[in-house]
Amino acid sequence: MKFDTPATTNPIDQLKIVGQPLDRIDGPLKTTGTAPYAYERHDVAPNAAYGHVMGSAIAKGRIASMDIATAKAAPGVLTVVTAENAGKLGKGEYNTAMLLGGPGIEHYHQAVALVVAETLEQARDAAEMIKVAYAPAKGAYDLAASRDSAKPSGKDDEPADSRVGDFDAAFAAAPVKLDATYTTPDQSHAMMEPHATIAAWEGDKLSLWTSNQMIAWSVGDMAKTLGMPEDKIHLMSPYIGGGFGGKLWIRADVVLAALGARAAKRPVKVALQRPLMFNNTTHRPATIQRLRIGTTKDGTITAIGHDSWSGDLPDGKPETAILQTRLLYAGANRLTRQRLAVLDLPEGNSMRAPGEASGMMALEIAMDEMAEKLGLDPVAFRIRNDTQVDPEKPERSFSQRQLTECLRTGAERFGWSARKAEPKQMRDGRWLVGLGMAAAYRGSPVIKSGARVRLDAKGTVTVETDMTDIGTGSYTIIAQTAAEMMGVPLDKVVVKLGDSAFPVSAGSGGQFGANSATAGVYAACVKLREAVTAKLGLNAADAQFADGQVRSGQRSIALAEAAKGTELVAEDAIEFGELDKKHQLSTFGAHFIEVGVDAATAEVRIRRMLAVCASGRILNPKSARSQVIGAMTMGAGAALMEELAVDTRHGFFVNHDLAGYEVPVHADIPHQEVIFLDETDPLSSPMKAKGVGELGICGVAAAVANAIYNATGVRVRDYPITLDKLLEKMPDVG
Amino acid sequence: MATPRENDVKRRTLMAATVATATVGTIASRAGAQASPASPPAPGSGAAPTLKVSFTVNGKPRDLELDPRTTLLDALREGLHLGGTKKGCDHGQCGACTVILDGRRINSCLTLAVMHQGGRITTIEGLGTPDKLHPMQAAFVKHDGYQCGYCTPGQICSAVAVLEEIEAGIPSHVTADLNAKPALDDAELRERMSGNICRCGAYSNIVEAIGEVAGRKA
Repeated sequence: MKFDTPATTNPIDQLKIVGQPLDRIDGPLKTTGTAPYAYERHDVAPNAAYGHVMGSAIAKGRIASMDIATAKAAPGVLTVVTAENAGKLGKGEYNTAMLLGGPGIEHYHQAVALVVAETLEQARDAAEMIKVAYAPAKGAYDLAASRDSAKPSGKDDEPADSRVGDFDAAFAAAPVKLDATYTTPDQSHAMMEPHATIAAWEGDKLSLWTSNQMIAWSVGDMAKTLGMPEDKIHLMSPYIGGGFGGKLWIRADVVLAALGARAAKRPVKVALQRPLMFNNTTHRPATIQRLRIGTTKDGTITAIGHDSWSGDLPDGKPETAILQTRLLYAGANRLTRQRLAVLDLPEGNSMRAPGEASGMMALEIAMDEMAEKLGLDPVAFRIRNDTQVDPEKPERSFSQRQLTECLRTGAERFGWSARKAEPKQMRDGRWLVGLGMAAAYRGSPVIKSGARVRLDAKGTVTVETDMTDIGTGSYTIIAQTAAEMMGVPLDKVVVKLGDSAFPVSAGSGGQFGANSATAGVYAACVKLREAVTAKLGLNAADAQFADGQVRSGQRSIALAEAAKGTELVAEDAIEFGELDKKHQLSTFGAHFIEVGVDAATAEVRIRRMLAVCASGRILNPKSARSQVIGAMTMGAGAALMEELAVDTRHGFFVNHDLAGYEVPVHADIPHQEVIFLDETDPLSSPMKAKGVGELGICGVAAAVANAIYNATGVRVRDYPITLDKLLEKMPDVG
Repeated sequence: MATPRENDVKRRTLMAATVATATVGTIASRAGAQASPASPPAPGSGAAPTLKVSFTVNGKPRDLELDPRTTLLDALREGLHLGGTKKGCDHGQCGACTVILDGRRINSCLTLAVMHQGGRITTIEGLGTPDKLHPMQAAFVKHDGYQCGYCTPGQICSAVAVLEEIEAGIPSHVTADLNAKPALDDAELRERMSGNICRCGAYSNIVEAIGEVAGRKA
């Protein structure tokens, strides 16, 4: 189904099941521990041997020699895989560094060996016996030091630089202006389930039970890495213990499990050890961001400029932190520039809302600083600079844009009017109290997505698509979509996901999954409806699917009748035309935060959090709300604690476990409020939905930073805002 | 209290452990030094020295023969195929492996299985099933107190134990009066649940789920 004209009324608009705050259909399995994650598939590989991964102890250089003889001879050991004995390996399209290093080493903890043994204990023990002599090379590990060597970096549709008008002249002439530099640190996805895979060979066919967000990408990259045909690979990932972008691609676990299984001639299971994950896998790269904003005296932006520097391995990608600045606020003269330095740290790549999550951390503090300079309320300043069209291409409008409604609703619901514009004015016992806010912005791309739908003689509808559920609620919203389309209750729908034998979907990433994948299921259901009416001899044009019946004119036939004798199967994909190019598809929101800062210790506690979101039709308000509160939580982490500490001498992240890399825990997060504005977006898809899981993180950290400033009068521009950055400048309030 | 018979078992287990340790040492030193060409260890042949342990899991007696290095977590997941107990970090940093041992919650990755002869272990599978959810499991579903589901069994086992700890009057870091019964408020729940990380960030919903179950109990 081609989607190239705006959606009109369709069966989804009934909202009998779609749009309802239903419990997740996978809830009973997940809460009882019976949802099987990759490493737990004893049923498919009862005789699997165990792999333990060894990571490089240097960041850059070569392996001079490697002695695996002792490890190979250790009790229970079946094989030791290294680059030397693995055969020729390719590199996946989505990988920057090789997933098995040697003799060249590209980053710290790059995998250099897999030990396979009868038991995990034996594999782990034997890995300790491998002796590696390294020849280290000099590397670059410090973004600030490499900033001047950074080069323009972009792609065809995302150029390194964007310019409108004459930024330099307008900024120079602006009566009120800000020129400030902000930094964000390297961050880790730190999803709860480590990357894990069971691999099994049957002749030249490879089966992989793994934990992966993008099934088709990963089949392609496994084929490329192992030099084998894609159709010989069966990859399955029905349950995924979190991803956040860290499982968009194949990683060392899946490649090494496949190599280990080939060498050991039996199935092998591999989970990356937690202390290996932070340097072995990808991370959100650090940024340095310079914001320049110039306004008239009444607060109208006349010049807005955003420069961003980040680093990555050779042939890597920039953190696109300037994205939102091209679209969020009006202003006649504009400049954004993206620069990429070569760093020999582990591979930087996508993490929840790549680009905007980091960019909004800087831009939305800058907006707060400007509002103060102007003597304007930060909410009013943002509303004054709203735009309903793409500021770079005014002929291009936003499909929907309710930013000002989000800001106004949030201000009212949060009690924003109680905020004192001047910092340090609110006190609650030992706590300095502050309120802060930020806008939220994230693009809402659409991607081709396919699905297959089956109807059986019992009237059960089964959906098959390689879409994944990484905690986002895909199982449930896909079931809701099929139930609404076919006129059956939710419990008559079975959803099967994450299998490369199923039609290729959008997958989970870039907050494109929910809208695109349900639209693909919609398309397949339209075809199934046609097949049903044809089989039943009903008029397709006026057929109504409801209550397990198909009605047309005076006739009403049970849906199940259509599948009597033979199951009906329909497959289709939603393909998107030019609508998302003629219009800008984006999601908007506003975050409001109250913090308390201990007057003596500068400890920060978040006391209240509110998010208001305008992001198209909300397919399931319960699971969508969870997406947003989860993103708010990750934003709180970004604001207050998350930082991969770089050892700039040896080139690695020092705090590479869950004790050293601090993420929010229960005690850090108060009750969270989320409001979804009424919105349907007929330009986005037949579902009229958009993404929401990444919108929720964009702006949160800045809102926290702004609240801390309001509480203390201390402006911190380097994340995370730990108490050492506040203490020296804390007000003397006794 | 241990019965004489249990003590007897423990003594024998201890002896076996001593023998096993010696065996491990022998193999390791031989392999490490490559000293004896006459009797090189055959690749892959070395059967791991094992110890026997018996404990009760979800009401069922279980007898295992394990590599003494096996954690309780791996004994449950790999030995008994009880995959509901999750391995998130294997270092006691995340709480995903929380189980209830002799009435108290424990990080099962931080303890060896052979240390729990005669122990009573409850895992997530022992609390309820998809068709018959424990009230805490039902409350997590109702309040959407999970997303990816990987930390969820640990959160639920912790939550069940937390309510029992509060009921038993055990104070926490945020309990103001150590002599009074701890309150059942959000601050107490959040503090006590802080050893269970949820990276998806379902905390706000989890606390609501626990609060509802606590209210029902009270």
